[in-house]
Amino acid sequence: MYRYDVIDKTLVSERVEQFRDQTRRFLAGDLSEDEFRHLRLRNGLYIQRHAPMLRIAIPYGLLSSVQLRTLASIARRYDRGYGHFTTRQNLQFNWPKLEQVPDILAELAAVEMHAIQTSGNCIRNTTSDHLAGVAKDELEDPRPWCEIIRQWSTFHPEFTYLPRKFKIAVIGAERDRAATLVHDVGVHIVRGAGGEPGFRILAGGGLGRTPVIGQVVREFLPREHLLSFLEAVLRVYNREGRRDNIHKARIKILVRALGIEEFRRRVETEWESIRHSGPTVAEAQVERMRGFFAPPSYRSLSDTDPAAGQETAFRAWYRYNTSAHKIPGYRAVYISLKKPGAAPGDVTDAQMELIADLADRCSFGETRVTHTQNLLLADVEQGKCFELWQTLRDAGLATPNIGTLTDMICCPGLDFCSLANAGSIEVARLINERFDDYDFVYDLGEIDVKMSGCMNACGHHHVGNIGILGVDKSGEEWYQITIGGAAGADASLGTVIGPSVAKAEVPETLARLLEVYVRRRHADERFIDTVRRLGVKPFKERVYAALAAA
Amino acid sequence: MPRWLLRDGEVVPDEWRTPSEAAPGDDLLLTFAEWSAERERWLAHPAPAWPGLTHPELARLDLARPELARPESFRAGRLGVILSPSDAVELLAPDLPRLALVGAEFPGPSEGRGYSQGRLLRERFGFAGELRARGRIGRDHVFLLARSGFNSFELPESELEGAKGALRTFSAAYQRSNDAGLAAPLGPR
Repeated sequence: MYRYDVIDKTLVSERVEQFRDQTRRFLAGDLSEDEFRHLRLRNGLYIQRHAPMLRIAIPYGLLSSVQLRTLASIARRYDRGYGHFTTRQNLQFNWPKLEQVPDILAELAAVEMHAIQTSGNCIRNTTSDHLAGVAKDELEDPRPWCEIIRQWSTFHPEFTYLPRKFKIAVIGAERDRAATLVHDVGVHIVRGAGGEPGFRILAGGGLGRTPVIGQVVREFLPREHLLSFLEAVLRVYNREGRRDNIHKARIKILVRALGIEEFRRRVETEWESIRHSGPTVAEAQVERMRGFFAPPSYRSLSDTDPAAGQETAFRAWYRYNTSAHKIPGYRAVYISLKKPGAAPGDVTDAQMELIADLADRCSFGETRVTHTQNLLLADVEQGKCFELWQTLRDAGLATPNIGTLTDMICCPGLDFCSLANAGSIEVARLINERFDDYDFVYDLGEIDVKMSGCMNACGHHHVGNIGILGVDKSGEEWYQITIGGAAGADASLGTVIGPSVAKAEVPETLARLLEVYVRRRHADERFIDTVRRLGVKPFKERVYAALAAA
Repeated sequence: MPRWLLRDGEVVPDEWRTPSEAAPGDDLLLTFAEWSAERERWLAHPAPAWPGLTHPELARLDLARPELARPESFRAGRLGVILSPSDAVELLAPDLPRLALVGAEFPGPSEGRGYSQGRLLRERFGFAGELRARGRIGRDHVFLLARSGFNSFELPESELEGAKGALRTFSAAYQRSNDAGLAAPLGPR
């Protein structure tokens, strides 16, 4: 993984001192609430329902064991012994004290971490494919490019006060495991007509109140121009994006208002004037960056089937919680943070320490965060999987549900967030209780359920195969259900099935949707494909006929 | 009472005046709206001195200060224009050779268009004069403003010394940029 050099170290520690001074001035009354807000947000610090919430950047989801242990230690000493992994591969602490945040940041800096630009209207943490470097369908490892973007976007002089937040995701594989189509900018590593390396650049995707699927701005960009082209996109957005209405300030609204053709024309015109003077990515720089992400020293092994002849529980876990690896004899192993009864994405300090130890023992000392709020040990020898499973199972980290109904994406909801209308964590619990029969869940196959506690859509409900959105109806929690959303390369936005339902009705409503699917699916047809084939109507009829009868 | 500002890393009095404040020979700071409404007249302004100027207010000042009638006391007043966030830099580009100062207005602490205006002025249009930031900015803004090409900052008096130090907030940078106003320019990575 990337290691800081003297420049990275200098910047991160100078940032800690800058924020320490800003916090001191705020506490002394020299900075107003409003002035301080813009500063603390650019350090990932929100003022939430119960306490400040601190969001720590995990660049493209990659953590060393040393970093994970530090997070565990911070959770124990400054928080209440746990953290929450987010859909943007970051970690949130929900209970830090404002005056201690500078000390937390100093501890993070010591292990090459920070909270820079994890909130506020600036370029956020660049996210990527959690299977980067190990996926069989990968053209090129996206992480060197993520790091190049991370550095370029950190304290960018021109783009730190944008109209609104700005999220970039990069992938280098056929399957889109990073939801790039719902990012402000999606970067796809591709090859040109003559096989030359470059990128396809998309823009204008996003969720929130106005969900939009990103569109292609440029089919092929030679790779040395990545940063100058991003500068052109950002400059057009910074100058022309709306600033009069927070709900209309994302780049997706600008792209839609101008139309993709006109947006593209403006970006290309801007790029023409800076492509020679703007930042160029030199081949030597790419090579240096690649060195940080070189494959670990894999052993020479051949593929085996560790599940053969093993107990059912292990076989189920191996099937659902591990995935193929490009190196023979290895698997990528998911650590499910979706145990029934636990808040999705939450992990305790002790679990973090255990995972760090396991990463050291089985996966070259690295852990990854997935955008579906699970963790991943990317490089596990197949022969070590059984032992690893036993340890994870004993720690409550082996729920065999990756990619299934109960592997829900879920925001922290009104238990923590001051914006939420809904206790999403509680609804997740109800759903888990209703669908506790694994045979039924496995029979349903691949299905994404995503839940957000409010319109800001932190839980990506628009692109869930089943999406659940908390809405407030005169002080009561109700839930709007959508179906047919998808986040991958075939991204689509879900359709609302009808009026929202009461909290207690959510699990049964899901059961009715699934009943229609099971009855009408073709062999091996995924839920999303059945919905696309049949449309919303039969699902809607089943749900509301039942509600009317009740 | 002089207004103070931070320019090239030093706290100095602001010698620029708005049309309602200016005496003949003063450096004249206009908004872009004022500039574009009467561009021809302002362009006549910096001539060697003020005689011949038709601006009625300035003509009155002229009469009120008889010493200005002596040609040797005439000083060529310079011209400066302040852009609001929505003013396109491109519209001012042809006039830049005649301007000694261009400024950007920051009506709120999260206003960000001025950063693009600054970089464009320096990098695309080669503006080498004073580039000024003013509005709701404080010491926490000056570092990135300076990296975007600004070298002068109108700040509340209580912020001036702190802002001077803030020009050294970071001693390194990831981007090549225009460090015109920085205490110590940073090399690219």
